[in-house]
Amino acid sequence: MRITDVGSFFLFMVNCILCNNFIFSRFLGCCPFLGVSSKVQTATGMGLAVTFVMGIASLVTYFVNLLLVALGLEYLQTIAFILVIAALVQFVEMFMKKSMPSLYSALGIYLPLITTNCAVLAVTIMNVENHYNLFESVCNGVFGALGFMLAIVLMAGVRERLETSDIPKSFKGFPSSLITAGLMSIAFMGFQGLVK
Amino acid sequence: MAESNKPTMRGVFINGVLNENPTFRLVLGTCPTLAVTTSAINGIGMGLAATFVLVCSNFVVSCVRKLIPDKARIPAFIVIIATFVTIVQMVMQAFLPSLYDALGLFIPLIVVNCIILARAEAFASKNGPVISAVDGLGMGLGFTCSITLIGIIRELIGNGTVFGISLLGASYQPMLLFVLAPGGFITYGLVLGIINAITARRQAKAGKEE
Repeated sequence: MRITDVGSFFLFMVNCILCNNFIFSRFLGCCPFLGVSSKVQTATGMGLAVTFVMGIASLVTYFVNLLLVALGLEYLQTIAFILVIAALVQFVEMFMKKSMPSLYSALGIYLPLITTNCAVLAVTIMNVENHYNLFESVCNGVFGALGFMLAIVLMAGVRERLETSDIPKSFKGFPSSLITAGLMSIAFMGFQGLVK
Repeated sequence: MAESNKPTMRGVFINGVLNENPTFRLVLGTCPTLAVTTSAINGIGMGLAATFVLVCSNFVVSCVRKLIPDKARIPAFIVIIATFVTIVQMVMQAFLPSLYDALGLFIPLIVVNCIILARAEAFASKNGPVISAVDGLGMGLGFTCSITLIGIIRELIGNGTVFGISLLGASYQPMLLFVLAPGGFITYGLVLGIINAITARRQAKAGKEE
Protein backbone atom coordinates (compact mmCIF):
# COMPACT_ATOMS: atom_id res chain seq x y z
CA MET A 1 0.00 0.00 0.00
CA ARG A 2 1.63 3.22 -1.14
CA ILE A 3 0.47 6.78 -1.64
CA THR A 4 1.05 7.97 -5.18
CA ASP A 5 -1.93 10.22 -5.90
CA VAL A 6 -5.15 11.49 -4.31
CA GLY A 7 -7.03 8.28 -5.04
CA SER A 8 -4.44 6.09 -3.37
CA PHE A 9 -4.37 8.51 -0.45
CA PHE A 10 -8.05 7.83 0.23
CA LEU A 11 -7.54 4.10 -0.22
CA PHE A 12 -4.69 4.29 2.27
CA MET A 13 -6.96 6.10 4.70
CA VAL A 14 -9.78 3.58 4.38
CA ASN A 15 -7.29 0.76 4.69
CA CYS A 16 -5.83 2.13 7.94
CA ILE A 17 -9.10 3.09 9.58
CA LEU A 18 -11.42 0.26 8.56
CA CYS A 19 -9.73 -2.70 6.87
CA ASN A 20 -6.66 -3.04 9.05
CA ASN A 21 -8.16 -1.51 12.15
CA PHE A 22 -5.58 -1.52 14.93
CA ILE A 23 -7.81 -3.17 17.46
CA PHE A 24 -10.12 -5.39 15.49
CA SER A 25 -7.73 -6.91 13.03
CA ARG A 26 -4.26 -6.32 14.45
CA PHE A 27 -4.89 -6.59 18.20
CA LEU A 28 -2.79 -3.55 18.99
CA GLY A 29 -3.68 -1.23 21.82
CA CYS A 30 -6.04 -3.66 23.49
CA CYS A 31 -5.06 -2.70 27.04
CA PRO A 32 -6.33 0.90 26.85
CA PHE A 33 -9.14 -0.33 24.62
CA LEU A 34 -10.45 -2.52 27.44
CA GLY A 35 -9.26 -0.30 30.27
CA VAL A 36 -10.62 3.13 29.34
CA SER A 37 -13.66 2.27 27.28
CA SER A 38 -16.28 2.47 30.00
CA LYS A 39 -17.50 5.99 29.12
CA VAL A 40 -17.81 7.66 25.73
CA GLN A 41 -16.30 10.90 26.98
CA THR A 42 -13.13 9.36 28.41
CA ALA A 43 -12.81 7.12 25.36
CA THR A 44 -12.87 10.18 23.10
CA GLY A 45 -10.19 11.85 25.24
CA MET A 46 -7.98 8.78 25.04
CA GLY A 47 -8.52 8.52 21.30
CA LEU A 48 -7.54 12.15 20.73
CA ALA A 49 -4.44 11.85 22.89
CA VAL A 50 -3.35 8.70 21.03
CA THR A 51 -3.94 10.34 17.63
CA PHE A 52 -1.82 13.29 18.64
CA VAL A 53 1.07 11.23 20.01
CA MET A 54 0.99 8.65 17.24
CA GLY A 55 1.19 11.31 14.52
CA ILE A 56 4.16 13.02 16.15
CA ALA A 57 5.83 9.72 17.03
CA SER A 58 5.66 8.59 13.39
CA LEU A 59 7.25 11.86 12.32
CA VAL A 60 10.05 11.80 14.88
CA THR A 61 10.91 8.11 14.60
CA TYR A 62 11.21 8.50 10.84
CA PHE A 63 14.20 10.76 11.38
CA VAL A 64 15.52 8.68 14.27
CA ASN A 65 15.48 5.67 11.98
CA LEU A 66 17.41 7.57 9.30
CA LEU A 67 20.02 8.33 11.95
CA LEU A 68 20.18 4.71 13.15
CA VAL A 69 20.58 3.43 9.61
CA ALA A 70 23.28 5.99 8.86
CA LEU A 71 25.21 4.87 11.94
CA GLY A 72 24.58 1.16 11.30
CA LEU A 73 22.78 0.73 14.62
CA GLU A 74 19.52 -0.82 13.40
CA TYR A 75 19.55 -3.36 16.21
CA LEU A 76 18.93 -0.55 18.69
CA GLN A 77 15.59 0.18 17.01
CA THR A 78 13.34 -1.07 19.79
CA ILE A 79 15.23 0.71 22.55
CA ALA A 80 15.57 3.94 20.58
CA PHE A 81 11.93 4.05 19.54
CA ILE A 82 10.49 3.36 22.97
CA LEU A 83 12.74 6.02 24.47
CA VAL A 84 11.63 8.50 21.82
CA ILE A 85 8.01 7.70 22.55
CA ALA A 86 8.45 7.96 26.32
CA ALA A 87 10.28 11.26 25.97
CA LEU A 88 7.74 12.53 23.48
CA VAL A 89 4.82 11.73 25.74
CA GLN A 90 6.52 13.53 28.61
CA PHE A 91 7.30 16.50 26.36
CA VAL A 92 3.80 16.69 24.92
CA GLU A 93 2.43 16.59 28.44
CA MET A 94 4.60 19.52 29.57
CA PHE A 95 3.94 21.49 26.42
CA MET A 96 0.20 21.06 26.66
CA LYS A 97 0.16 22.00 30.32
CA LYS A 98 1.76 25.36 29.47
CA SER A 99 0.15 26.31 26.18
CA MET A 100 -3.14 24.42 25.94
CA PRO A 101 -4.42 24.02 29.49
CA SER A 102 -7.97 23.25 28.40
CA LEU A 103 -6.88 20.39 26.14
CA TYR A 104 -4.46 19.27 28.83
CA SER A 105 -7.16 19.00 31.44
CA ALA A 106 -9.33 17.10 28.97
CA LEU A 107 -6.61 14.57 28.11
CA GLY A 108 -4.78 14.86 31.44
CA ILE A 109 -4.50 11.39 32.89
CA TYR A 110 -4.49 9.61 29.54
CA LEU A 111 -1.29 11.15 28.29
CA PRO A 112 1.17 9.22 30.50
CA LEU A 113 -0.73 6.01 29.77
CA ILE A 114 0.13 6.28 26.10
CA THR A 115 3.75 5.23 26.62
CA THR A 116 2.58 1.69 27.28
CA ASN A 117 0.05 1.69 24.44
CA CYS A 118 1.54 -0.91 22.15
CA ALA A 119 -0.12 0.61 19.09
CA VAL A 120 2.27 3.56 19.22
CA LEU A 121 5.44 1.47 19.24
CA ALA A 122 3.90 -0.88 16.69
CA VAL A 123 3.08 1.88 14.22
CA THR A 124 6.64 3.19 14.32
CA ILE A 125 8.09 -0.27 13.71
CA MET A 126 5.57 -0.95 10.95
CA ASN A 127 6.57 2.28 9.21
CA VAL A 128 10.15 1.08 9.11
CA GLU A 129 9.32 -2.46 8.05
CA ASN A 130 7.11 -1.28 5.20
CA HIS A 131 9.68 1.29 4.05
CA TYR A 132 7.14 4.10 4.21
CA ASN A 133 8.33 7.57 3.30
CA LEU A 134 7.79 10.53 5.60
CA PHE A 135 4.29 11.40 4.40
CA GLU A 136 3.11 7.78 4.41
CA SER A 137 4.52 7.26 7.89
CA VAL A 138 2.64 10.22 9.32
CA CYS A 139 -0.55 9.21 7.50
CA ASN A 140 -0.19 5.68 8.80
CA GLY A 141 0.19 7.00 12.34
CA VAL A 142 -2.68 9.46 12.22
CA PHE A 143 -5.18 7.28 10.37
CA GLY A 144 -4.24 4.22 12.39
CA ALA A 145 -4.92 6.21 15.53
CA LEU A 146 -8.24 7.44 14.12
CA GLY A 147 -9.18 3.81 13.58
CA PHE A 148 -8.24 3.16 17.21
CA MET A 149 -10.40 6.09 18.28
CA LEU A 150 -13.34 4.85 16.22
CA ALA A 151 -13.06 1.43 17.83
CA ILE A 152 -12.73 2.69 21.39
CA VAL A 153 -15.61 5.18 21.08
CA LEU A 154 -17.91 2.56 19.54
CA MET A 155 -16.95 0.15 22.28
CA ALA A 156 -17.63 2.74 24.98
CA GLY A 157 -21.08 3.32 23.54
CA VAL A 158 -21.85 -0.39 23.73
CA ARG A 159 -20.41 -0.74 27.20
CA GLU A 160 -22.52 2.08 28.60
CA ARG A 161 -25.55 0.00 27.62
CA LEU A 162 -24.00 -3.24 28.85
CA GLU A 163 -23.64 -1.75 32.34
CA THR A 164 -27.36 -1.76 32.88
CA SER A 165 -28.22 -4.96 31.05
CA ASP A 166 -28.85 -8.25 32.74
CA ILE A 167 -25.96 -10.64 32.06
CA PRO A 168 -24.63 -13.61 34.10
CA LYS A 169 -22.60 -12.36 37.04
CA SER A 170 -19.37 -14.07 36.09
CA PHE A 171 -19.50 -12.55 32.61
CA LYS A 172 -19.85 -8.98 33.88
CA GLY A 173 -17.00 -6.62 33.06
CA PHE A 174 -14.10 -7.94 31.01
CA PRO A 175 -15.60 -11.19 29.64
CA SER A 176 -18.67 -9.49 28.21
CA SER A 177 -16.53 -6.64 26.82
CA LEU A 178 -14.26 -9.13 25.10
CA ILE A 179 -17.15 -10.99 23.53
CA THR A 180 -18.63 -7.67 22.40
CA ALA A 181 -15.28 -6.79 20.87
CA GLY A 182 -15.29 -10.16 19.10
CA LEU A 183 -18.69 -9.45 17.56
CA MET A 184 -17.58 -5.97 16.52
CA SER A 185 -14.50 -7.52 15.02
CA ILE A 186 -16.69 -9.79 12.90
CA ALA A 187 -18.49 -6.69 11.66
CA PHE A 188 -15.17 -5.06 10.82
CA MET A 189 -14.14 -8.16 8.87
CA GLY A 190 -16.78 -7.08 6.38
CA PHE A 191 -14.48 -4.23 5.37
CA GLN A 192 -11.65 -6.61 4.50
CA GLY A 193 -12.39 -6.84 0.80
CA LEU A 194 -12.79 -3.09 0.41
CA VAL A 195 -9.17 -2.37 -0.46
CA LYS A 196 -7.02 -4.75 -2.42
CA MET B 1 0.36 -7.88 48.78
CA ALA B 2 -1.60 -6.90 51.85
CA GLU B 3 0.24 -8.89 54.52
CA SER B 4 3.00 -7.03 56.31
CA ASN B 5 5.29 -10.03 56.88
CA LYS B 6 7.91 -10.86 54.28
CA PRO B 7 6.53 -12.70 51.27
CA THR B 8 7.84 -16.24 50.94
CA MET B 9 9.38 -17.60 47.73
CA ARG B 10 6.72 -20.24 47.35
CA GLY B 11 3.90 -17.84 48.11
CA VAL B 12 5.15 -15.34 45.56
CA PHE B 13 5.52 -18.03 42.91
CA ILE B 14 2.05 -19.52 43.46
CA ASN B 15 0.63 -16.01 43.58
CA GLY B 16 1.93 -15.32 40.10
CA VAL B 17 0.74 -18.58 38.58
CA LEU B 18 -2.70 -18.77 40.18
CA ASN B 19 -4.01 -16.08 42.48
CA GLU B 20 -2.85 -13.13 40.46
CA ASN B 21 -2.59 -14.79 37.08
CA PRO B 22 -1.77 -11.85 34.81
CA THR B 23 -4.04 -12.92 31.98
CA PHE B 24 -7.11 -14.13 33.81
CA ARG B 25 -6.99 -12.21 37.10
CA LEU B 26 -5.29 -8.91 36.38
CA VAL B 27 -6.27 -8.80 32.67
CA LEU B 28 -2.92 -7.32 31.67
CA GLY B 29 -0.99 -7.89 28.49
CA THR B 30 -4.10 -8.53 26.47
CA CYS B 31 -2.55 -7.63 23.11
CA PRO B 32 -0.14 -10.58 22.85
CA THR B 33 -2.75 -12.80 24.49
CA LEU B 34 -5.13 -12.11 21.64
CA ALA B 35 -2.73 -11.71 18.77
CA VAL B 36 -0.29 -14.60 18.96
CA THR B 37 -2.61 -17.33 20.25
CA THR B 38 -3.60 -18.58 16.81
CA SER B 39 -1.75 -21.80 17.63
CA ALA B 40 -0.56 -23.47 20.81
CA ILE B 41 3.10 -23.38 19.83
CA ASN B 42 3.00 -19.64 19.24
CA GLY B 43 1.44 -19.23 22.68
CA ILE B 44 4.28 -21.15 24.35
CA GLY B 45 6.93 -19.27 22.39
CA MET B 46 5.50 -15.90 23.28
CA GLY B 47 4.98 -16.93 26.91
CA LEU B 48 8.54 -18.15 27.36
CA ALA B 49 10.01 -15.08 25.69
CA ALA B 50 7.98 -12.84 28.00
CA THR B 51 8.94 -14.99 31.01
CA PHE B 52 12.63 -14.59 30.23
CA VAL B 53 12.27 -10.82 29.93
CA LEU B 54 10.17 -10.67 33.08
CA VAL B 55 12.66 -12.64 35.20
CA CYS B 56 15.69 -10.69 33.96
CA SER B 57 14.08 -7.26 34.12
CA ASN B 58 12.64 -7.90 37.59
CA PHE B 59 16.08 -9.00 38.80
CA VAL B 60 17.91 -6.01 37.34
CA VAL B 61 15.27 -3.47 38.35
CA SER B 62 15.41 -4.81 41.88
CA CYS B 63 19.22 -4.58 41.91
CA VAL B 64 19.28 -0.95 40.83
CA ARG B 65 16.10 0.16 42.60
CA LYS B 66 17.97 2.27 45.15
CA LEU B 67 20.11 4.01 42.53
CA ILE B 68 17.29 5.26 40.32
CA PRO B 69 15.72 8.59 41.28
CA ASP B 70 11.99 8.31 41.68
CA LYS B 71 11.14 10.67 38.84
CA ALA B 72 13.25 8.93 36.20
CA ARG B 73 11.96 5.54 37.30
CA ILE B 74 9.64 4.65 34.41
CA PRO B 75 12.05 5.55 31.57
CA ALA B 76 14.81 3.65 33.38
CA PHE B 77 12.61 0.57 33.73
CA ILE B 78 11.66 0.76 30.07
CA VAL B 79 15.31 0.89 28.98
CA ILE B 80 16.11 -2.16 31.11
CA ILE B 81 13.15 -4.06 29.68
CA ALA B 82 13.93 -2.99 26.11
CA THR B 83 17.49 -4.28 26.49
CA PHE B 84 16.31 -7.77 27.37
CA VAL B 85 13.68 -7.71 24.65
CA THR B 86 16.37 -6.90 22.10
CA ILE B 87 18.40 -9.87 23.37
CA VAL B 88 15.38 -12.17 23.03
CA GLN B 89 14.70 -10.82 19.56
CA MET B 90 18.24 -11.50 18.38
CA VAL B 91 18.42 -14.98 19.93
CA MET B 92 15.09 -15.95 18.39
CA GLN B 93 16.04 -14.61 14.99
CA ALA B 94 19.21 -16.70 15.08
CA PHE B 95 17.94 -19.97 16.50
CA LEU B 96 14.15 -20.09 16.02
CA PRO B 97 13.55 -18.30 12.71
CA SER B 98 10.12 -19.87 12.08
CA LEU B 99 8.80 -18.80 15.48
CA TYR B 100 10.39 -15.40 14.95
CA ASP B 101 8.42 -15.00 11.73
CA ALA B 102 5.21 -16.24 13.31
CA LEU B 103 5.39 -13.80 16.24
CA GLY B 104 6.71 -11.00 14.02
CA LEU B 105 5.89 -7.55 15.31
CA PHE B 106 4.91 -8.86 18.72
CA ILE B 107 8.46 -9.63 19.82
CA PRO B 108 9.59 -6.00 19.98
CA LEU B 109 6.19 -5.26 21.48
CA ILE B 110 7.07 -7.27 24.59
CA VAL B 111 8.60 -3.96 25.72
CA VAL B 112 5.19 -2.42 26.11
CA ASN B 113 3.59 -5.53 27.58
CA CYS B 114 1.87 -4.05 30.62
CA ILE B 115 2.61 -7.12 32.77
CA ILE B 116 6.34 -6.50 32.71
CA LEU B 117 6.23 -2.81 33.55
CA ALA B 118 3.52 -3.44 36.14
CA ARG B 119 5.63 -6.06 37.94
CA ALA B 120 8.74 -3.86 37.79
CA GLU B 121 6.75 -1.03 39.31
CA ALA B 122 4.63 -2.95 41.80
CA PHE B 123 7.01 -5.67 42.95
CA ALA B 124 10.63 -5.42 41.84
CA SER B 125 11.05 -1.77 42.84
CA LYS B 126 10.09 -2.67 46.41
CA ASN B 127 11.64 -6.10 46.98
CA GLY B 128 15.02 -7.86 46.87
CA PRO B 129 16.56 -9.23 43.65
CA VAL B 130 16.05 -12.96 44.23
CA ILE B 131 12.43 -12.78 45.28
CA SER B 132 11.74 -10.39 42.40
CA ALA B 133 13.16 -12.93 39.97
CA VAL B 134 10.89 -15.58 41.51
CA ASP B 135 7.94 -13.24 41.14
CA GLY B 136 8.90 -12.75 37.50
CA LEU B 137 9.10 -16.50 37.00
CA GLY B 138 5.70 -17.08 38.59
CA MET B 139 4.02 -14.31 36.65
CA GLY B 140 5.72 -15.39 33.45
CA LEU B 141 4.69 -19.01 33.82
CA GLY B 142 1.15 -17.94 34.70
CA PHE B 143 1.10 -15.90 31.51
CA THR B 144 2.58 -18.78 29.49
CA CYS B 145 0.02 -21.29 30.77
CA SER B 146 -2.89 -18.95 30.09
CA ILE B 147 -1.92 -18.02 26.56
CA THR B 148 -1.05 -21.62 25.74
CA LEU B 149 -4.51 -22.63 26.95
CA ILE B 150 -6.13 -20.04 24.70
CA GLY B 151 -3.83 -21.11 21.88
CA ILE B 152 -4.86 -24.77 22.30
CA ILE B 153 -8.56 -23.91 22.24
CA ARG B 154 -8.28 -21.69 19.18
CA GLU B 155 -6.08 -24.10 17.28
CA LEU B 156 -8.34 -27.05 18.10
CA ILE B 157 -11.54 -25.35 17.00
CA GLY B 158 -10.08 -23.30 14.18
CA ASN B 159 -7.78 -25.90 12.67
CA GLY B 160 -8.60 -29.26 14.25
CA THR B 161 -5.05 -29.65 15.57
CA VAL B 162 -3.08 -29.14 18.78
CA PHE B 163 0.65 -28.41 18.50
CA GLY B 164 0.28 -29.31 14.83
CA ILE B 165 -1.04 -32.81 15.58
CA SER B 166 -4.45 -33.53 14.11
CA LEU B 167 -6.88 -34.51 16.86
CA LEU B 168 -10.32 -34.22 15.35
CA GLY B 169 -9.70 -36.27 12.23
CA ALA B 170 -9.95 -35.37 8.58
CA SER B 171 -13.76 -35.20 8.56
CA TYR B 172 -13.72 -32.18 10.90
CA GLN B 173 -14.65 -28.98 9.16
CA PRO B 174 -12.42 -26.32 10.78
CA MET B 175 -14.10 -23.15 12.00
CA LEU B 176 -11.68 -20.70 10.48
CA LEU B 177 -13.26 -17.85 12.41
CA PHE B 178 -11.50 -18.96 15.59
CA VAL B 179 -8.06 -18.49 14.11
CA LEU B 180 -9.03 -15.05 12.79
CA ALA B 181 -9.30 -11.91 14.89
CA PRO B 182 -12.89 -12.28 16.20
CA GLY B 183 -12.19 -15.78 17.52
CA GLY B 184 -9.42 -14.39 19.70
CA PHE B 185 -11.72 -11.95 21.46
CA ILE B 186 -14.54 -14.43 21.84
CA THR B 187 -12.37 -17.30 23.12
CA TYR B 188 -10.63 -15.04 25.63
CA GLY B 189 -13.97 -13.66 26.81
CA LEU B 190 -15.52 -17.10 27.24
CA VAL B 191 -12.49 -18.56 29.05
CA LEU B 192 -12.36 -15.52 31.34
CA GLY B 193 -16.07 -15.84 32.10
CA ILE B 194 -15.82 -19.56 32.84
CA ILE B 195 -12.84 -19.02 35.14
CA ASN B 196 -14.75 -16.28 36.96
CA ALA B 197 -17.68 -18.65 37.41
CA ILE B 198 -15.46 -21.43 38.76
CA THR B 199 -13.75 -19.06 41.19
CA ALA B 200 -17.06 -17.66 42.40
CA ARG B 201 -18.39 -21.16 43.04
CA ARG B 202 -15.24 -22.16 44.92
CA GLN B 203 -15.37 -19.05 47.05
CA ALA B 204 -19.01 -19.68 47.85
CA LYS B 205 -18.15 -23.24 48.89
CA ALA B 206 -15.23 -22.09 51.05
CA GLY B 207 -17.53 -19.52 52.66
CA LYS B 208 -20.10 -22.18 53.55
CA GLU B 209 -17.54 -24.50 55.10
CA GLU B 210 -16.36 -21.78 57.42
